[in-house]
Amino acid sequence: MAATTGPAVRPVTDLAAKRARDARRRRWTVNVLRVLFAVVWLGSWELTTRLGWVDKFFFSQPSEIVLRLWVWITEGTALGPLWEQVLVTMEETVLGFILGSVLGILVGVALGRIRLLSDVLSPYIKAANSIPRVVLGALFAISLGLDLRSKVATAAILVFFVVFFNAFQGVREVDRNLVANARILGADNRRLTTEILIPSALSWILASLHTSFGLALVGAVVGELFGATAGVGELIYSAEHLFDAAGVFAGMLLLAAIALIAEYLITALENRLIRWRPPVATETRI
Amino acid sequence: MQPAIQLRGVTKRFLTPSGGIYTALHDLDLTVAPGEFCAVVGPTGCGKSTTLALISGLEPPSEGEVEVFGKPVDGIAQGIGYVFQADAVFPWKTVLENVAAGPRYLGRTGKQARERARDWISRVGLAGFEDRYPYQLSGGMRKRVALAQSLINEPRILLMDEPFSALDVQTRSLMENELLGLWSSSAASVVFVTHDLEEAISLSDRVYVITAGPGTVKSSYQVDLPRPRNVAEIRFQPRFAEIYEEIWNDLRDEVLVSYERQKRSGAA
Repeated sequence: MAATTGPAVRPVTDLAAKRARDARRRRWTVNVLRVLFAVVWLGSWELTTRLGWVDKFFFSQPSEIVLRLWVWITEGTALGPLWEQVLVTMEETVLGFILGSVLGILVGVALGRIRLLSDVLSPYIKAANSIPRVVLGALFAISLGLDLRSKVATAAILVFFVVFFNAFQGVREVDRNLVANARILGADNRRLTTEILIPSALSWILASLHTSFGLALVGAVVGELFGATAGVGELIYSAEHLFDAAGVFAGMLLLAAIALIAEYLITALENRLIRWRPPVATETRI
Repeated sequence: MQPAIQLRGVTKRFLTPSGGIYTALHDLDLTVAPGEFCAVVGPTGCGKSTTLALISGLEPPSEGEVEVFGKPVDGIAQGIGYVFQADAVFPWKTVLENVAAGPRYLGRTGKQARERARDWISRVGLAGFEDRYPYQLSGGMRKRVALAQSLINEPRILLMDEPFSALDVQTRSLMENELLGLWSSSAASVVFVTHDLEEAISLSDRVYVITAGPGTVKSSYQVDLPRPRNVAEIRFQPRFAEIYEEIWNDLRDEVLVSYERQKRSGAA
């Protein structure tokens, strides 16, 4: 390369510093554009509803939603203090998420290991997966009552199928060389499952946990819609009954906040559990 | 003397996904003496790896007998080490945990296993890398982990399936020398599968030439080069060239047959 350039002295720039500078500038640009997007979006919403171009009654407006949240925070909701409603929904979501994940992993690994079982059960699982499972919420409301249990069950059933399919697939797709190696080294069936199949399936399972926490939240909220006395879903439901669009939006905002916090926690868990994977060099996540 | 490994009239057929039958090995006879380093060469797709799967018990033969130390092979037996062609070290275990896996599976306590593992890790020249994960190692270092992982169980039979084929030429001859060093201090019999005739001759006591698939033994040659050998230099000896020429005359025809077949199936 150097031989092809004519003059002996070439101006030298610190390329590493330049790259770092470029990366910083890019991050800055992205952040500015993000803020700009929110300003344009919320601003036009506020403006059009204030000017009466869009009916505030149906679509509410940002200032009203913020006001509603503030009132909820300071004075409490019609159902009681706001934090109680959030806590109830969180409890339902987290319990449903844990129950669904544990069952999904257990059944997924079992079916992945035992060929006969998966062959026998596969048509039933396919059928169960094809029905819209949120309607089971209605069934649970009848059979389990209007308290915590029916919401946990609804959340769990939604989570279960996602985690189950991923765990099953993860066990099935395990590298055959690794299995052969472990068996040659003397691993028995139990060790093969705990030390080879589950770790190998773990990246599949963890990938599914991101989606399934969102589904647990859906299950809890839908469960509340079918009948409840507390929770963010119930808050949205009662706002809807009063034709209170601001209340519906405020509830949605709360749910989004819960989901974001959970996403952060799951990513932290993921990074701990799969330390052995090479770090991804570029940021691909949104 | 009882042979370490004996295959008599072994045939292996596989069911292909489309429902047909594929014969990988046909009427194969092979004998390995205790402590012998035996290389198996042949064109690609001649069933070399299948031979190892049969000896290890990972696959049962369709016909014929496979015996290890006089006992028919029935499932995976103890006392066998297997170094795979692809990376088969466990990516979620550190180097130490990977090497300690074998002893732990065989019932040693975690502490004993780790102690032995440390010893083997330093023997393959990886001291200081105990806590690394495989993705943090180079290809050659991962092979060293695989070697330590197999050898720590002190196998009486070591099966190697083109273990060094993915390495660059320099690393490869280093690893070959190291393998010979480790092997000479053990009493293991080795079956080393490769498509590289140079590698086969420089390492082994005996070379089996397998025909283009379905594989069967075409011929076998004694390699009477003196030990200890330096793999990087042994190929300059005149005796090496003589042996090479002799075996290559046999192997060439099989390679051509295999090549013609690939061309035809590629054109079809």
